[in-house]
Amino acid sequence: MPRPPSPAQSPDATMPKRNEETAASRPAGRTSFTSINPPNPIEDDVLARAQAGDHQAFAQLYALHKRRIYSLCLRMVGNIAEAEDLTQEAFLQLHRKIGTFRGDSAFSTWLHRLAINVVLMQLRKKGLSLISLDEAMEPTPEEGPGRSFGAPDLTLTGAIDRLALERAVADLPAGYRLIFILHDVEGFEHNEIASMLDCSIGNSKSQLHKARLKLRDALRKHLPQETQL
Amino acid sequence: MTHPGEMSCAEFQAHLPELIGSGQDMSNHPHLRECELCRALLADLQTIADAARQLFPQEEPPAEIWDKIESALKSEDGKEESLPKSK
Ligand SMILES: [Zn+2]
Repeated sequence: MPRPPSPAQSPDATMPKRNEETAASRPAGRTSFTSINPPNPIEDDVLARAQAGDHQAFAQLYALHKRRIYSLCLRMVGNIAEAEDLTQEAFLQLHRKIGTFRGDSAFSTWLHRLAINVVLMQLRKKGLSLISLDEAMEPTPEEGPGRSFGAPDLTLTGAIDRLALERAVADLPAGYRLIFILHDVEGFEHNEIASMLDCSIGNSKSQLHKARLKLRDALRKHLPQETQL
Repeated sequence: MTHPGEMSCAEFQAHLPELIGSGQDMSNHPHLRECELCRALLADLQTIADAARQLFPQEEPPAEIWDKIESALKSEDGKEESLPKSK
């Protein structure tokens, strides 16, 4: 049994300072993705007041981040009632720990890390997907090159069915799902994901790649034969 | 080992996570220019990444969550400090 990541750690306890991949190095093709962590003086001020115990400021922080945190929880557990509980728990923990945020990373990265830990603890409690999560965090040896060779006439041709993709994402092992959601859905950079999940940047890249390969396999299975052009 | 142009699909795909993750422009990669299979693979992966953003809009959590958070905070406050908060 591989050593599980420790979800109970406080969010910044092991926060590495990895800044070699900054927003400036974001590839040109991805600029349509909304920037996740723009410098935001208003949020900085709200954050400082919330850290000082200002309840209204904390309410503002909730308003600023509730959608992303709730959506993350929802995608991870796939269940509305549970996602609501987890969102609530994440913000209660935020309230308890907000004084420990030191600004080593973007606040949203830190908050996501905290929320992810809440979700992971819940997944573990349910005994669900633990092994797959740990596996996904392990650097895996070569996964049989050639498994992604497919006939070129089976390409997805740009049109992906929404329901098929949602189903395929829901079927991913939890670890792959988490990285896919953080990177491709939420737009976090690999260095941010690595710091949230306590893994290396290379590991984040390779797990994302495997997640996309799995999704591709799943989506190709659903391609109607007639549309193979 | 081999020249870049003679890279096999397996070798190329072994480098893909790093190539994609670093955001390099791969359109002039010698292997891609020659290999239809890997071009198709790359196009599919890009299609999936692009679709992710559009297909998963952020959801608005129900308003009751904040009410629950607030009441939980109040009862936590009550436990930690018996003095009423001066506002
Ligand atoms: Zn090839």
